[in-house]
Amino acid sequence: MNTIKYEPIIGLEIHAELLTITKMFCGCSADHSSLLEPNTLICPVCTGLPGAMPVLNKKAVEQSILVGLALNCTINEVNIFARKNYFYPDLPKGYQISQYDHPVASDGWLDILDENEGTRQRVRIRRAHLEEDTAKLMHKGNFALIDFNRAGVPLLEIVSEPDMHSVQAILSYANKIRAILRYLGVNSGDMEKGVLRFEANISVRPLGSQELNTRTEIKNLNSFRSLTQASSYEINRQIDLYNNGLDVNLETLGWDEVKGETYSQRGKEEAHDYRYFPEPDIPPILVDRSWVQTISSQLPELPDAKNKRFMEEYGLSLQEVRSLTYEKEFADFFEKVVTLSSSPTKMIYNWLTGEFTRQINERNIDIQKIPVTPENFAQLLDLFSSRVINDFTAKEILVEIFISNKNVRDIISEKGLLQISDENYLTDLINRILSENPDPVKQYLAGKESLFQWFMGQVSRETKGKSDPQVVRQLLQKILKNNN
Amino acid sequence: MVISPIDTATPSISTDTVRYIAYLIRLKILDEETKVFSQQFSQIIEYFQLLNEIDTREVPPANENCPMNNVFRDDQVLPSMSREEFLNNLPQHEGYYVKVPLIFDDR
Amino acid sequence: MELYNLSIRKAHELLVKKQISSVELTSAVLANIHRLDPKIRAYLTVVEQRALEQARKADIRLHSRENITPLTGIPYAVKDCFSTRGIRTTCGSKILQDYIPQYSASVVEKLNNAGAVLLGKHNMDEFGMGSSCENSAFFNTHNPWNLERVPGGSSGGSAASVSAGLSLFAIGEDTGGSIRMPAGFCNIVGLKPTYGRVSRYGHIALVSSFDSVGPLTQDVYDCATVLQTIAGKDPKDGTSLPDPVPIYTTSLEKSINGLRLGIPREYFQAGMEAGVETVLQDAIRVFEKLGMQVQEVSLPHTRAALPVYYLILFAEASANLARFDGTRFGYSTNQKVESVIDLILQTRQEGFGEEVKRRIMLGAYTLSAGYYDAYYLKAQKVRSLIREDFRSAFEKCDVLLAPTCPTTAFKIGEKKQDPLTMYLSDIFVVATNLAGVPALSLPCGFSEGLPVGMQLIGNHLSEEILFQIGYAYQAETEWHNMHPLIT
Ligand SMILES: [Mg+2]
Ligand SMILES: [Zn+2]
Repeated sequence: MNTIKYEPIIGLEIHAELLTITKMFCGCSADHSSLLEPNTLICPVCTGLPGAMPVLNKKAVEQSILVGLALNCTINEVNIFARKNYFYPDLPKGYQISQYDHPVASDGWLDILDENEGTRQRVRIRRAHLEEDTAKLMHKGNFALIDFNRAGVPLLEIVSEPDMHSVQAILSYANKIRAILRYLGVNSGDMEKGVLRFEANISVRPLGSQELNTRTEIKNLNSFRSLTQASSYEINRQIDLYNNGLDVNLETLGWDEVKGETYSQRGKEEAHDYRYFPEPDIPPILVDRSWVQTISSQLPELPDAKNKRFMEEYGLSLQEVRSLTYEKEFADFFEKVVTLSSSPTKMIYNWLTGEFTRQINERNIDIQKIPVTPENFAQLLDLFSSRVINDFTAKEILVEIFISNKNVRDIISEKGLLQISDENYLTDLINRILSENPDPVKQYLAGKESLFQWFMGQVSRETKGKSDPQVVRQLLQKILKNNN
Repeated sequence: MVISPIDTATPSISTDTVRYIAYLIRLKILDEETKVFSQQFSQIIEYFQLLNEIDTREVPPANENCPMNNVFRDDQVLPSMSREEFLNNLPQHEGYYVKVPLIFDDR
Repeated sequence: MELYNLSIRKAHELLVKKQISSVELTSAVLANIHRLDPKIRAYLTVVEQRALEQARKADIRLHSRENITPLTGIPYAVKDCFSTRGIRTTCGSKILQDYIPQYSASVVEKLNNAGAVLLGKHNMDEFGMGSSCENSAFFNTHNPWNLERVPGGSSGGSAASVSAGLSLFAIGEDTGGSIRMPAGFCNIVGLKPTYGRVSRYGHIALVSSFDSVGPLTQDVYDCATVLQTIAGKDPKDGTSLPDPVPIYTTSLEKSINGLRLGIPREYFQAGMEAGVETVLQDAIRVFEKLGMQVQEVSLPHTRAALPVYYLILFAEASANLARFDGTRFGYSTNQKVESVIDLILQTRQEGFGEEVKRRIMLGAYTLSAGYYDAYYLKAQKVRSLIREDFRSAFEKCDVLLAPTCPTTAFKIGEKKQDPLTMYLSDIFVVATNLAGVPALSLPCGFSEGLPVGMQLIGNHLSEEILFQIGYAYQAETEWHNMHPLIT
């Protein structure tokens, strides 16, 4: 059997909810958490009552321009909104106000690292356009229930060219877009709340060929997990079809999370006649140079630039740097601690990506809401590096400050956690322990060196972990040698 | 559902086209109506052909050349409407949700 | 003179002098509604108790002499295409037959704040689609000058109401003549203001880029009074104009001597009834007598206006009427349905009238894949040429004079079976909506006992000049003072 090697060709559409205070066309709050009662953030405009009219939220346009700039796009001078006509009960007006041939941004790019090969790759961005979100639908038996709290929340749809060729590439692209949006402060990145949603366009072709095969479009992928699983399922499904002499149908697919399969969404094709035309209720938006410049001056340092600077300033590897900069708040925290602390940078890095991250993960803490102040954490590290407390105590205090963020020094004095490094005290203690345990001493002296750790442990136990292990080690070695 | 072939040269509108556009705009229409509409539409569309006599190659569309631009709203919260009142107009609801029959093409 | 036939100006005078109260005035109009509306059928809804309550409040306001506006205590009604909080709003359609909105249109809010007294809602062609009021889902409205004839449309209920003394003024909406044409048929004054001059917020949209909200009144003075109350920037309507609103009533008496009156050649070639043309020629002589310089001008793309108008109307209306789907408000089918698509298909089948179906289907057709450039885009381009026609005409003259309609009011049922002929009756009124310019329709005589209207068309935001010319004309003529005798 001759097996052809296939290459997937993947383009991604990312729908990102913008972090405006109010919806795109009305004054209703855009903060539509699922904890809210249904249909509380509604008005005639966002429920499509007869006669209601949209008025554009300036902030939504500005945030879109900001994203366009961060993604190296051309910011178009003329923005025109259009009506995209289709019927669906989550779309109150029977049309979605979107942008069609005059989007806010076009022709950009983003460089990603393919995790597998570690090579830099450019993904072209076709366009980014602004549109309104739909209501939330819930299925219940033979009915569907609709909540309009989300209806009208601004969405930025970022459309890539089909430049990705592996599931890893999609994942790095999606992750990087998420990081950039969070850096810009225009999206919470909170995947569980559905603030980022993906649609993947996928086709495959024999590796090395230039043909363009039929593509399918998988809709409504709401997590990185479903994005990667659905994409790899679909790539394999298409390869199987070709290997069996069958063809791929041009169609829209859904993703069944439970079964782990894509499925055909019947009847969506004929609804593709969207009958776009310019939205007469919203006068055109002219984006002049000075407006773009003003917004451009608000661009923060983006992940790539931050990586480069961190590598140079802190002597860390790219791999190390990326674990710090993935979340802007984490990178900021790191830099604050570095400024405040006199401990070595590498040590700060190790603690942050190690114990500190473990606490964050275990406690399910939102990275934007780290409960520990950088000052307190810096003090903890400094007390440890100057050996006022030992490793064991430092970890214990870390847990404590994650709970209370009490001042580290207060915790130490309250709990009496100061490290014991008094040589006279420790010499007496060691002598006592050795005299109480003559057999192990004999065995040790006979050559069973592994017992050294056991003696260390006995001292630690007697001091409730507060003894300075370095001092104990030296004293123990000296005393045992003298016993010989 | 038949997707009608596009042919602007002959403006006559077939009954199949009438059925297609009726579905696009979500109107159930009866068979006898399609015939009448087909004739009326063909007549009306025929009348529109007189625009073809006008040369518009150099003319911009009026709607993109609006007297006003950049009309915005500040990003400030306004009070929402009472959901009791919203509820009063709903043909069907469950609790405070709008309730509609099953949506087929979404499984 | 009966109280219900008073002009706003006169009624205001009497109210301020306390010779009448708003309750008296409102009651008189309500009594007239009881007497005549069973024959005319101008109203879809009358809110009698609410009106009397508002009249009492207006009287308190008038009594305190504080915050009195020229409309305080004046009873009026609105076309049923305006959303009114707590008051049934049907837009002339079965699909909204029991709809009670949660909010009011901005124009209604403004009039409410001015202290005007809302009597109810006027009949209209369904969603404004019609020129005769015969497309109302509920009943026909009859022309007060001849009950067998149509009042014009789509603001037919409003025009008939003002003409017959069933309201002192009305707020209508003009997408392609819907205020002017019935005003002409019913011998009253109707203004289609500059696009954006009056907020559309809460007006149930037909063609968002044409719809213009405006007054229907007995005379020009009243028209100016109402416009200065309702015009202005509305933060809820992004297309409303920010330009300051003049106090039109203070400049009405300004001389029109020397102003240039353009007669668009094409309008007089398009085939109007002989009786209409005779009356119009008389009117031109009045303007000459008033010192205006009359000259012929050309609007070369006049013939294209109607197809352009209808193409854009079909397209925009097809989208504007998509929200009526039976899921959130209004009519929803009682038939058993298995899916939401069936619910929507069935509701719209039952809820929309034939003309509405015709137009939204044509809209879907002209916008659908492959047709957009040939129809919608083409229409928008020709629309640019029509705008240009007006722009260059207004370099040569200050206003244009044209008939409002090629005929007088036609018989109920006469054109109903032939949509294209019905569309042709809009031939003189639609071009102004394409250009967005204002036009004032005035009574200018009678032909075989039926009123004839003429329109003065001005440049953008030239309402002030239109009022001045119209006021001068009415100072010279008596047509506007003639009331129908209804038996
Ligand atoms: Mg989209
Ligand atoms: Zn809202």
